[in-house]
Amino acid sequence: MTLEMSYDINGGDFAAAGEAATKIKRALKQIGVDTQTTRRAAIIAYEAEMNIIIHAYRGTLQARVSPEGIEILAEDEGPGIPDIELAMQEGYSTAPERIREMGFGAGMGLPNMKRFSDEFHITSEVGRGTKVRAVVSSPSAIPPTIPPAGWSVD
Amino acid sequence: MAPERFHSVSLLEDKCRGCTNCIKRCPTEAIRVREGKARINAERCIDCGECIRTCDNHAKVAVTDSIERLRDFRATIALPAPSLYGQFDQRVAGDVRRIYRDVMGALLALGFDAVYDVAYAADIASFITRTHIESGATEKPCISSACPAVVRLVQVRFPSLISHLLPVDPPIQIAGKLAKRIYASRSGIDTRDIGAFFITPCAAKMRWVREHINPGGETYVDGAISVAGIYGDLLKNMGAGESGPSSLSDTASGLGVGWGASGGENRAVGLENYLVVDGIHNVIAVFEEIEMGRLASVNFIEAQACTGGCVGGPLMVKNPFVGRVNIRRLAVGMREASPFNEQEESHIMGLYRAGFFETREDLQPVAAFKLDEDMSKAIAKMGQLEKVLEDLPGLDCGSCGSPHCRALAEDIVQGLAVETDCVFKLREQVKKLAEELFYLAQKDPSAMSKPDKTGQGQ
Repeated sequence: MTLEMSYDINGGDFAAAGEAATKIKRALKQIGVDTQTTRRAAIIAYEAEMNIIIHAYRGTLQARVSPEGIEILAEDEGPGIPDIELAMQEGYSTAPERIREMGFGAGMGLPNMKRFSDEFHITSEVGRGTKVRAVVSSPSAIPPTIPPAGWSVD
Repeated sequence: MAPERFHSVSLLEDKCRGCTNCIKRCPTEAIRVREGKARINAERCIDCGECIRTCDNHAKVAVTDSIERLRDFRATIALPAPSLYGQFDQRVAGDVRRIYRDVMGALLALGFDAVYDVAYAADIASFITRTHIESGATEKPCISSACPAVVRLVQVRFPSLISHLLPVDPPIQIAGKLAKRIYASRSGIDTRDIGAFFITPCAAKMRWVREHINPGGETYVDGAISVAGIYGDLLKNMGAGESGPSSLSDTASGLGVGWGASGGENRAVGLENYLVVDGIHNVIAVFEEIEMGRLASVNFIEAQACTGGCVGGPLMVKNPFVGRVNIRRLAVGMREASPFNEQEESHIMGLYRAGFFETREDLQPVAAFKLDEDMSKAIAKMGQLEKVLEDLPGLDCGSCGSPHCRALAEDIVQGLAVETDCVFKLREQVKKLAEELFYLAQKDPSAMSKPDKTGQGQ
């Protein structure tokens, strides 16, 4: 038994930021996926959605849910990532200043996604786009999120 | 089915006209209109009081205790919520503290033997909260446990955030614990014969009180009396007398009183990097963010179900914004600094380390939204739900008695509703039926059919 959800995401659409991930999260709760797995999948989906909104022109976010686990697929048409190893480093970001000022693009997206996944694959082609596949299969305690450096609310 | 839980929000059947205002405002989709009346799902209800506020027919009420219950005990103590002080406008310029003393006196005039100010307990809670957050024992962002509707919201809709809730006792519990002990030692009356009654601004605190009544062991708060229910009597007795020796607590600081309105808790806790959110729908938006891994650098989140904080409670009388101004004035007039000296602080710390102020209850998730116990079946139902939803008009009108089309789809999949509960679906069916009738009406039985004049089809 597998449930598939698919959402179209538009680059720059901050008004809808997080909507697809919220819908996926809601479905996981209704299905009865344990709380920690739900949260890990939700964080991955959110970061993937935000990456498309911040960096790409357009893309899709998909989730496949089965009793064995949750698979998140994010595929975008965008500038692509020239150096994936560098992009995976915590705090590294190519987000422009105006996006950072909005509290996004702190360079934690990809590292956090990897951190919360049991399986994580990323491929990218410069000038074409990026594909991410993440799987959360084991119900286990979540590692703490890494707060972006120097970001605070008061 | 789980056993029916107590919840304070209830329906007055004869006043309910079956409109759909409440179902649309409910943050946990706990209400459905069936057979012309609103039905509340007790598992999902968090007693936030949104439906009480939104019902124009006043069919939604909060069940609270009557003042008559004071007779059940040998001695009684009033525990006024800090927000209560905001219900009275300043009459004497320059002496805002008069309100504070007058309220204490008016409570005694109602028949209570003593008063323990919950604002003073809030001063204690502020100190413990700060100490606890600094210890790093609770996952950040730490969420205040002071609003019971918020705590219940976490259990029902955000179970993954249970680990973020501070295990610090809310002021109501601290007040009950200390008040009974002090009164018992002063009077020699057994704590079981002393009744402590919270003067409540909301239904959620009433539920909290009911859930914490412990027939086998020590009960700290025995009942909750609505502010609106005794407001007239309080007004009459303002200035009737001083509380003096009947006050079991010291005078609260302005910071403790400040807990009565949103933002006050944070001001009193005094940590940097905090967030204040009030109004249940706003709280939900912030909790969605935390679940997505955002706000991880925030130390403390003060979240209150009511707009404006407790002054906005559904059982309050004054407009919440007037109440908030009143609280602010009183807080400033009462000095916004911790009321404890070093010796008192170390005494509180001693009690805290001994676990006296730490809630030990094990908060469990409430799976009120699960489609099925069996995950494979739940996945199948989810697929069905999406299919049913695609077929519904998407107007979210609520005429079917469910809050929106998605909720109706869920109800259909769960066997609690049928597609034709949707008026548009029903119309479609009626149209189809009418067309069929029309077609059939035109068709003559073959024994009576006239010969085809055109001669075609022979």
